[in-house]
Amino acid sequence: MSALSAVVADSATITRRNLIKVKRVPDLIVFATLSPIMFVLLFRYVFGGAIEVPGDVSYAEFLLPGIFAQTIVLGSTTTGASLAEDLQKGLIDRFRSLPMSRSAVLIGRTVADLGLNAISIFVMALTGLAVGWRINSSVPEAIGGFLVLLVFAYAISWLMAVVGLLVRTPEVVNNASFIVIFPLTFVANTFVPLESFPPVLQTFAEWNPVSAVVQAARDLFGNTVAGAPPPDAWSLQNPVAYTLLWTVGFLAVFVPLAVRLYSRTSTR
Amino acid sequence: MTSGSTPAIVVEGLVKRFGDTTALAGVDLVVPEGSVLGLLGPNGAGKTTVVRVLATLLQPDGGRAEVVGLDVVREAAQVRAAIGLTGQYAAVDEYLTGYENLEMVGRLYRLGKRESRSRAAELLERFDLADAASRPAKTYSGGMRRRLDIAASLIARPRVLFLDEPTTGLDPRSRLGMWEFIADLADGGTTILLTTQYLEEADRLADSMVVIDRGRVIARGTGDELKAQVGGQRLELTVGREPDVMVVLDRLRPLAAGEAQVDDQTRRVSIPVSGGTDALAEALRRLEGSGVEVLDVGLRRPDLDDVFLTLTGRGTDEAGEPGAEHAAGREPATTSGGAR
Ligand SMILES: Nc1ncnc2c1ncn2[C@@H]1O[C@H](COP(=O)(O)OP(=O)(O)O)[C@@H](O)[C@H]1O
Ligand SMILES: [Mg+2]
Repeated sequence: MSALSAVVADSATITRRNLIKVKRVPDLIVFATLSPIMFVLLFRYVFGGAIEVPGDVSYAEFLLPGIFAQTIVLGSTTTGASLAEDLQKGLIDRFRSLPMSRSAVLIGRTVADLGLNAISIFVMALTGLAVGWRINSSVPEAIGGFLVLLVFAYAISWLMAVVGLLVRTPEVVNNASFIVIFPLTFVANTFVPLESFPPVLQTFAEWNPVSAVVQAARDLFGNTVAGAPPPDAWSLQNPVAYTLLWTVGFLAVFVPLAVRLYSRTSTR
Repeated sequence: MTSGSTPAIVVEGLVKRFGDTTALAGVDLVVPEGSVLGLLGPNGAGKTTVVRVLATLLQPDGGRAEVVGLDVVREAAQVRAAIGLTGQYAAVDEYLTGYENLEMVGRLYRLGKRESRSRAAELLERFDLADAASRPAKTYSGGMRRRLDIAASLIARPRVLFLDEPTTGLDPRSRLGMWEFIADLADGGTTILLTTQYLEEADRLADSMVVIDRGRVIARGTGDELKAQVGGQRLELTVGREPDVMVVLDRLRPLAAGEAQVDDQTRRVSIPVSGGTDALAEALRRLEGSGVEVLDVGLRRPDLDDVFLTLTGRGTDEAGEPGAEHAAGREPATTSGGAR
């Protein structure tokens, strides 16, 4: 077996294993989909009236790409918590004692979490359509929108893999991630337009990659108004490029780092 | 031990440190192909560390180790293909069924789909898990998990198997069952390195034993050789009052085959004796009319504690790192000998 086909085969075995867990613990999928549905309804109907969005685009159209982005970024934290759990339960030791590829456990994990994120987006999109969200662009553009979201989430998964292997306690991984993820997703154009932020936060939000992801999704789904003023920052004028820069950067740093940590880590 | 066979495991001067803790301070051992080595020691002695280095999970800080002639550091990948590891805590995926667990591990050993499946079914049968094969491992008892874990480490028919405390925490019945499985494997020619805190267990399963303490080998040999060093059975008495201890020591001195030990707190006196139940009867006769209040009396086979007291002058309680929270159990419940 060549090295590459070994990586692919082992990663497929691990992905299958991770997806079996999703099948056996339906709560996972229920929570992964219920909380975004709740967010959609909450923002749409509780805050929706209070939030002004530029142009004549409806708040539902403005909101949904933001919810997509927040949900998948949060969804990616699963990667860290699950790896920490595997470490705690001694499974990583078992895997490391097997003649399998060194990256397969990580690839299998991140790919399974990508799958879960895809399911979350699908459910959210259906919910969104029910409350007034619309895709106003072409099919390829819309597909591009979903891809940008998922690709970015995949890169975050590798960051979370590093966190999980370092922190090693699932609950702590979760809490630690929320401390980082909430500011990142809230100090962004996720739920409110950037113009409403005080200046310092506004600059941060403009260059926050989450804002770029949301902007890219809005552009690609046709959820921005043609007549609205163009954003000031380069990051938001070229949101797809800016998002992909972050994605590539994250992967270049965190994939090798995670594999290295994995090869050395062990349950005490 | 068969002489002339190539060793399956060779460890020379193995050193491993964790920060300030020296877990292994130069361990040497050799396990001939097809034999069973019992690595014996109390909690914190370094048993797991030896296993983890041999299973390529940890990099040693000094010395070298070979498994089936392959260096565990430089040729780690090939070593992994030749070994099976059952760690101290069962590493099974709770959400997968027993069958799925084994099939997954088979695939990761590159057995291919068909072979993985047939080996999984075969091992589930052999380890009495066939009925539970399609239940998630979450529902398994501790003993079943251990068996599944061992089955997983056997799926690719490894030449060398590491079993880290395979019976710790099992109830007496499961323990006996586990002993049978291990004995069967050994009969089948698998080289086994087994760690345990129980002299009795190593004596029963292993061809030879190595006793380690604070990362150093303090004794090695066959079970009989070790027991010869430690002495035969022990007569143990617990008395009701403190002054009784002296009376007992005094009156029973002629029976002692070695130095008696006294635990002041529990007022327990332990005296090496030869002659088994005769010695017990004789002891009771000698105490007649002495006024000593005997709360408990019995004969006991030597255990790891006795090995330690003899070899180091310390009990296993004080053996490990400072503050080790729990010392080696005295002996497996199923083997407690004598007339308690
Ligand atoms: N990952 C680790 N980090 C720090 N200390 C460790 C680690 N693993 C083992 N030790 C220490 O090394 C010593 C030997 O441990 P171990 O090999 O687990 O002993 P045993 O298996 O015989 O109980 C103990 O003092 C233990 O605390
Ligand atoms: Mg141990």
